Amino acid sequence: MLLLAGGVSLCALLPLGFIVWIAIETGWQTAFSLIWRPRVGELLVNTLLLELCTLPPAILLAVALAWLTERSDMPGAKFLSWLAVAPLAVPAFVQSYAWVSLLPRFHGLPAAVLVSVLAYLPFLYLPVAAQIRRLDPELEHVAASLGQSPPRVLLRVVLPQLRLAICGGSLLVGLHLLAEYGLYAMIRFDTFTTAIIDQFQSSYNGPAANMLAGVLVLSCCGLIGLEWLLRGGARYARLGSGAPRPAPRQRLGAWRLPALALPLAFAALSLGVPALTLTHWLMAAGEEVWRQGALAASLAETLGYAAAGAFAAAAAALPMAWLSVRAPGRVTRFLESCHSYLGALPGVVVALALVTVTVRIALPLYQTVATVVFAYVLMFLPRALVGLRAGIAQVPVELERAAAALGRNPARALLSVTLPLAAPGVAAAMALVAMGVATELTATLLLAPNGTRTLATEFWTLTSELDYAKAAPYAVLMILLSLPMTALLHAQARKSLGA
Amino acid sequence: MASYPSRALRIGVLAVTLAAANAVRAQDGITVYNAQHASLTQAWADGFTKETGIKVTIRKGSDTELANQIVQEGASSPADVFVTENSPAMVLVEKAGLFETLPKDVLEQVPAQFRPASGRWTGVAARSTVFAYDKRKLKEADLPKSMLDLADAKWKGRWAASPSGADFQAIVGALLVLKGEKVTGDWLKAMKENSSAYRGNSVAMKAVNAGEVEGAVIYHYYYFGDQAKTAENSSNVGMHYFRGQDPGAFLSTSGAGVLESSKHKKEAEAFVKWMSGKQGQAVLREGDSFEYAIGNGEASNPRLEPIAKLDAPKVEPSQLDSKKVTELMTAAGLL
Repeated sequence: MLLLAGGVSLCALLPLGFIVWIAIETGWQTAFSLIWRPRVGELLVNTLLLELCTLPPAILLAVALAWLTERSDMPGAKFLSWLAVAPLAVPAFVQSYAWVSLLPRFHGLPAAVLVSVLAYLPFLYLPVAAQIRRLDPELEHVAASLGQSPPRVLLRVVLPQLRLAICGGSLLVGLHLLAEYGLYAMIRFDTFTTAIIDQFQSSYNGPAANMLAGVLVLSCCGLIGLEWLLRGGARYARLGSGAPRPAPRQRLGAWRLPALALPLAFAALSLGVPALTLTHWLMAAGEEVWRQGALAASLAETLGYAAAGAFAAAAAALPMAWLSVRAPGRVTRFLESCHSYLGALPGVVVALALVTVTVRIALPLYQTVATVVFAYVLMFLPRALVGLRAGIAQVPVELERAAAALGRNPARALLSVTLPLAAPGVAAAMALVAMGVATELTATLLLAPNGTRTLATEFWTLTSELDYAKAAPYAVLMILLSLPMTALLHAQARKSLGA
Repeated sequence: MASYPSRALRIGVLAVTLAAANAVRAQDGITVYNAQHASLTQAWADGFTKETGIKVTIRKGSDTELANQIVQEGASSPADVFVTENSPAMVLVEKAGLFETLPKDVLEQVPAQFRPASGRWTGVAARSTVFAYDKRKLKEADLPKSMLDLADAKWKGRWAASPSGADFQAIVGALLVLKGEKVTGDWLKAMKENSSAYRGNSVAMKAVNAGEVEGAVIYHYYYFGDQAKTAENSSNVGMHYFRGQDPGAFLSTSGAGVLESSKHKKEAEAFVKWMSGKQGQAVLREGDSFEYAIGNGEASNPRLEPIAKLDAPKVEPSQLDSKKVTELMTAAGLL
């Protein structure tokens, strides 16, 4: 097991090692001149502004929505909490397609900020809402009994307890902002990722693209470090025995109906606009766009890749997941972080590394299905790991031991006893990976074998030809594919953290 | 219950095999590295396959991306045919010595002005440079007489282009051939001052249509293509042809060539012959690409301004130097 997990960790370190290797190969002088130029400064400012302008409003909105849907007596709270998560089913570049075709003049930083908030808010909303649900109301009662007014209770008791959820969610959103390509390319806002693809397209994996990737990785590290600092080491769990009772819902009184405006406005912008644009294009194009032969073919291809990616990622994450549950220790912790750091690495960096490695060293693997699936495994390994770990943790170790005592070797025991019992967790993990693969754009564009047409790449090709009408069915299919996974995520967040 | 993992494993193996089989199937027939518009090359490929039964697998990319990719892949390139939107990328691959010389009967389907003297590749279509302008804001008299006029201070902040695209770089390549390095360099510097940059010709046209800028230097067919669809992005746009052999009247040749490393040379040549021949040119005339047909005696789509009336400057396609163009554009701060 340790060997297997170690092997996967080595693969996981490949993209990072690669950037260091290219930097060394390029030579300090050239690398320096490629990094230290006005264009990079421009991109750095753009990226910083994007993070600074997007995160605070996203956090405010997520907390407000979470409080309204979980702790107030707003009518239809449960339904509205679904609406707050639903934008996850709309891939970010479909979201910006919707906005661009509705408002052609909409571009640059303001557009980037708005569309980013709409596309990524659920990543903040989910953990914050889950945390707010399981807060111990006694703390608030104590504060109230000491004479604090409700707003002060919210500010001084509730908010501090949400710190972990907010930090975690913000990190996730922040990393997405760094890694996203399609969204920003479509609304014309330059970030490191769009510049890397531009470079790639004008010189094909030249040193300039790779050095930009290096700067991008450093930015990701900076973000993770910042989150680690902000998270702090304070204790949030309750001391002593007993269980918290569910918190009562706050009466909004006269504000009950006006409060609806916030979640409804968010839903209108994040779901209504894509729905409106897609309907508009589908109506304009008529029935015919559904009869494009390529549509069914790329749906089948996407499903194939999603399934292959999901199985491969789950298989790769399995040894590590088992180790981290059954044999926690310093070594496993290190291996685990090798697995999970990939979540912070933009897909474009992974893809760029694999292009160069396969074209230079492993040519038989160049532009093969194996390489694309390998890229998906690397990119979505952290997602698979989290789900598998949760699944395995629920299987009593005694059953595994009993199987071993009855003569099964450890691998067989794991496959025949542990895995079936962990099936729900495994299925959820695979679903998450499959959803990621189904809407993945950058790595697929760079690595896919000749003739590959997934829903995402076809959508991208058609929108770059401004054929918004023909692209619409692809967007609809991607959304339909993502819907069940979004529901799953919502249900999971409620179950695992809910009261 | 116990059979769950093995069943899952079997499904997983099946999925991987299916995906792999898909990829293997793609290996027979020819592989085309396509930088042309996806829908146009797809129409060519479909027509060709229908007639000959030879399968065509397409990899989509941009001119310079795919040209550089072919150069890096060298002799082990999976590509059999390379199709571009403009000539400079073809010249890049030709200079690397990777193209096979085309047979005479293929070359002679196209007039000499639309192919390099070397015979290493040939033209398959053409596109004209135009100034797409906002009809609401500009009258005939306000339009620039020459593309060089756009360097004038009075055009500051009023026009757009897509400098990172291969299309615009081909236009700069023509300017370089026609007017030399000094004029081109100065014009590009003025352009950095005067113009706004968009990613893609169609996006630049959209900006004109939306009233963001007054005009844009793009190719003609974006307008006609949009008009034929929903006219959503061009209803306020007018087309201004520079004519008079102005650099702004440059007619850019889309090329196709067969790679020396190809393992299916006969089939690859047949495809190039088909594209530049009768049927391929008919796709240009009757389809929705709105690019010019250039084959001997082949008329273009009747909606287009005839080639003869464009009065385009004479530029030998193989003289277009993409490296020098990128250098000058980088020096001007456009890239």
